[in-house]
Amino acid sequence: MDYTLLLIQVLNGLQLGVLLFLVASGLTLVFGILDFVNLAHGSIYMLGAFVCASLTYALDSYLLAVILALPIIGIIGYVFEVFLARPLYSRDHLDHVLGTFGAILVIDTIAHLIWGPAGIAIPLPNYLDGQIKISENIELPTFRVLIIIVGLLAAFGLLWLVNFTRLGMLIRAGASNRTMVSALGIDIRTLFAIVFAIGATLAGMAGMLIAPITEASLGMGNNVIITAFVVIIVGGIGSVKGALVAALLIGLIDTLGRAFLDDFFKIFMSTAAAENSAPAISSMSIYLIMALILSFKPNGLFPPRLR
Amino acid sequence: MQFIKPLKFFILASLLVFPILFNQIGMSFYLDLATRLCILAIAAVGLNLILGYGGMISFGHAAYLGLGAYAVGIPAHHWLYGGLDFLATTNGFVHILIAIAISGLFALLTGLICLKTKGVYFIMITMAFSQMAYYLFVSIEEYGGDDGLVINTRSEIPLINLDDPIQMFLVSFSSLIFFMWLVHLITKSNFGLILSGIKDNEARMVSLGYNVYFHKLIAFIFSGIICGFAGVLLGNFTTFISPEMIDWSRSGELMFMVILGGVATVMGPLFGAIVFVILEEVLSSITIYWHLPFGLLLITVVLFFRGGLSSLFSK
Amino acid sequence: MQNILKIKNLNKNFGGVIATKNLNLSVLDGDIHAIIGPNGAGKTTLVSQIFGQVFPDSGQIFFQNIDVTQISEYKKSRLGINRTFQITSVMKSMTVSENIQLATDKIRENSLNFFTTFTNKNYVLEKVDFCLGQVGLIEANNQPVASLSHGDCRKLEIAMALASDAKLLLLDEPMAGLGPSETQEMIALLNKLKGKQTILLVEHDMDAVFALADRISVLVSGEIIATGEPNNIRHDSKVQKAYLGEA
Repeated sequence: MDYTLLLIQVLNGLQLGVLLFLVASGLTLVFGILDFVNLAHGSIYMLGAFVCASLTYALDSYLLAVILALPIIGIIGYVFEVFLARPLYSRDHLDHVLGTFGAILVIDTIAHLIWGPAGIAIPLPNYLDGQIKISENIELPTFRVLIIIVGLLAAFGLLWLVNFTRLGMLIRAGASNRTMVSALGIDIRTLFAIVFAIGATLAGMAGMLIAPITEASLGMGNNVIITAFVVIIVGGIGSVKGALVAALLIGLIDTLGRAFLDDFFKIFMSTAAAENSAPAISSMSIYLIMALILSFKPNGLFPPRLR
Repeated sequence: MQFIKPLKFFILASLLVFPILFNQIGMSFYLDLATRLCILAIAAVGLNLILGYGGMISFGHAAYLGLGAYAVGIPAHHWLYGGLDFLATTNGFVHILIAIAISGLFALLTGLICLKTKGVYFIMITMAFSQMAYYLFVSIEEYGGDDGLVINTRSEIPLINLDDPIQMFLVSFSSLIFFMWLVHLITKSNFGLILSGIKDNEARMVSLGYNVYFHKLIAFIFSGIICGFAGVLLGNFTTFISPEMIDWSRSGELMFMVILGGVATVMGPLFGAIVFVILEEVLSSITIYWHLPFGLLLITVVLFFRGGLSSLFSK
Repeated sequence: MQNILKIKNLNKNFGGVIATKNLNLSVLDGDIHAIIGPNGAGKTTLVSQIFGQVFPDSGQIFFQNIDVTQISEYKKSRLGINRTFQITSVMKSMTVSENIQLATDKIRENSLNFFTTFTNKNYVLEKVDFCLGQVGLIEANNQPVASLSHGDCRKLEIAMALASDAKLLLLDEPMAGLGPSETQEMIALLNKLKGKQTILLVEHDMDAVFALADRISVLVSGEIIATGEPNNIRHDSKVQKAYLGEA
């Protein structure tokens, strides 16, 4: 087998994994802490990409655009929480699903109105567009490596925030005992809005990171959201650690499956049969993995402790 | 215990008569609209069985519509172009049988896993499995992949010609009445009583000696099969099937119909489908961005109205 | 008289916390057998193990000489063990009658009857009336459960248990949340069942327990420290020290 190709594909898998984590972590946080199902999370990811694209052209700098776009998306998340999510917390999950489904239609159409039906490509500055030479014949794309590093930093930053800071402590306490935290004089509603905004910012960041590779496009949010669901189901809804493990697992399986499954099938079936069946199987692979894991662990790999 | 009250009878009668009248005076558009409405309403009736009566919030029921439509398209495709001889046919009964078998099997296999979970897990997993079906059909080049599959010949059923729009409508309409009646019957039966018991208090039903998982699975399969049948009609109506029909936003629209019409009512899914089809038609004739007002309406309904349209009628 | 329920050397730990410790218990057919004990003695855990929501770490549970230790909840119910819950658990959105219908064996046995209302309609409806008559709720027949008072919901639960033809009834704190007069009604109701229905009664209300029970077992820290007739238990020094003295 071609090891350079394998290395590249592993890198792609990791990249997909960290991006999935950035989207899934917000979902799982919001669900774990606020018990709120947000289908529109993928739309925020898409907004991240579009806002970043516009700013890149306006400021002529991708880096500045990202720095400015992150707080913008955070504010959008905050506003979303105040006007749509907050009135629905006390309702059942069905209302969450329908309400945020409506939000998807609204956000997607607004994006359509503002940015038009075609995708927008984001040009990378030269210093990010090159290759990193690892050895004689192995070169890795700088930007992909950067995505992985930034993604992992965000992941560990989030784990640190939730587990080791005062804000994290309040968040965890607020999830298990709302009255208690309110009694401490903390405004629980602001706290929840901050959690929501953090989740939105992370999703938006994922959109900003992927856009230079795939371009910002209208359908991107709805494509990523289901995979993010698979990630948090496999990881255990509410668990940030579970989301990280599951995201990397799903990212690698999906990427490597698409790249190598036909070669693998050729070992024991005819070339034609392998080329026909491999795409079908690999497109289903993550769902099959999900089904397999759920039949043994119905609450995911890292089910959060009951509260 | 009455199946249909006078007002509801009037609505059904208008749904039957007016589209045909309009068609006779040259406005065939309304006949098409009514046919589509009936087909979507059948799917909503199927979804209502588990969502409304059983409390299982499935966000993946568009998959069954797609499976049913491909059960028409794939045999017809092979009949025309060869390959897979055992499948190749235009016989409508075979199409229906395949649709029932496939959607029943899909419901069984996914249900076995989905129904082990509850609440949000269930919503997301049903969604994920329908997306699996979506990507499966995208990946099969032979059936058009992303671009979809044109169904060149409609299902052939003795004495019925589905190429005739009026007959197509009548078949859809009578199927709708049949399934509304069937689901009404089921919900009034022992099984229906048990299903509402499960929706209300699952733990108590277990302690009363019911195998809750099994009963939910049966309802889940029934519901899938009804939507699969709706898919057969949809395939015949549009003569085209693409993975886009399975997309989860389609499932969301089905849910919208059931909820808006009022869950756990006989007429609810029909009301919901009427409102949805009219909204879609009216809004999309005003603007191509009709999803914007539709989405705002959905949010408004969720935030401010509960119980759905059917509750307005029963008052 | 025969043992209907026999528990041998039952043990259950929850992450190091001992909830049931080498527990032995026999319930005689036809008795009202009460289990009392201070808070945290492991009463609820014991009920859950008998009924099958929690499985013991070791030991065995026999019901009519069948080993039911590892049998799941709904199957135990079908064998003839039925229970009520500490917190009222009924189908709130349905009518009183429907709740009891669901408890009858004829609905359960014909659970896959999809197209007809009621198999054995008369049998079921007569049974509903009979059970409602027993608990004095006959007027509430067609009312939605949501409109019942808490005390009436408790009675409904008893009626459901009766409708199930349970051979052994586990009542988990049937007096919980009842006012004084409602408690008296409940005691009178259970007294009517005395001798006809085997009941395992877990209860805090000592007056109720001593008024009703044929035999009493005292559970302290997961262990049964004494079993006997009410009078013996009242005067048992171990019991007084461990339990009654405390209160």
